Amino acid sequence: MSEAGVAKKFMFVNRTAPYGSVYALESLEVVLISAAFDQDVALVFIEDGVYQLKKGQQTKGIETKNFSPTYRALEGYDVEKLYVESESLAARGLSEADLIVDVQVLPSTELGRLMDEQDVVLSF
Amino acid sequence: MKFGILVNEGPYQHQASDSAYLFCKAALAKGHAVHRVFFYHDGVNNSTRLTEPPQDDRNIVARWSKLAADHGVDLVVCVAAALRRGIRDENLAPGFRISGLGQLVETGIQSDRLVVFGD
Repeated sequence: MSEAGVAKKFMFVNRTAPYGSVYALESLEVVLISAAFDQDVALVFIEDGVYQLKKGQQTKGIETKNFSPTYRALEGYDVEKLYVESESLAARGLSEADLIVDVQVLPSTELGRLMDEQDVVLSF
Repeated sequence: MKFGILVNEGPYQHQASDSAYLFCKAALAKGHAVHRVFFYHDGVNNSTRLTEPPQDDRNIVARWSKLAADHGVDLVVCVAAALRRGIRDENLAPGFRISGLGQLVETGIQSDRLVVFGD
């Protein structure tokens, strides 16, 4: 149980590309803290957010840290609910095989239902 | 109802901080409680006392400080995001305090609603 003695359902909605803005990196930091607080954490990747999970990220040229390996470490924090919107993948010519972690690919209607079940939805 | 607020954008550049402030004012006026306002990403720039807008513009930082003074709203700035952007205790405006992301998660747990203001 958390310090506050309550476990809520936290959902993180990741909408932005991994580089170009700091949202993705700093979102991941909140995810890890939420997990440390023993909350019920789920991650959703929609729109350009699906690029956060793309295999083969090379960031040397932009002198920015490649933080994509962190997604693979989430399992160790018991963060295992990762959802990717099928429409966003398809619109970008990507498939599940392009992603660095195991995810559940769901249509937006299903994701909407999941969001409805959450206590806290944070969108970055 | 008890609200938690998350501000993800800097002042003047983006409307998020204005909207969050006006939301807090309206909620308090209706008798609701604002448990905490947490500043993250460029939102941490809302907390610097070095801000000096032109005379004919609103003073976003001073407005937040007044909200804290008048209503006891807890204004918390993320330490990692703040240090990245040169925000430290010595240039913090009144009413703000620097702490960790755990304070955001705790607000999510303790509030009835966590409202996010950002892009």
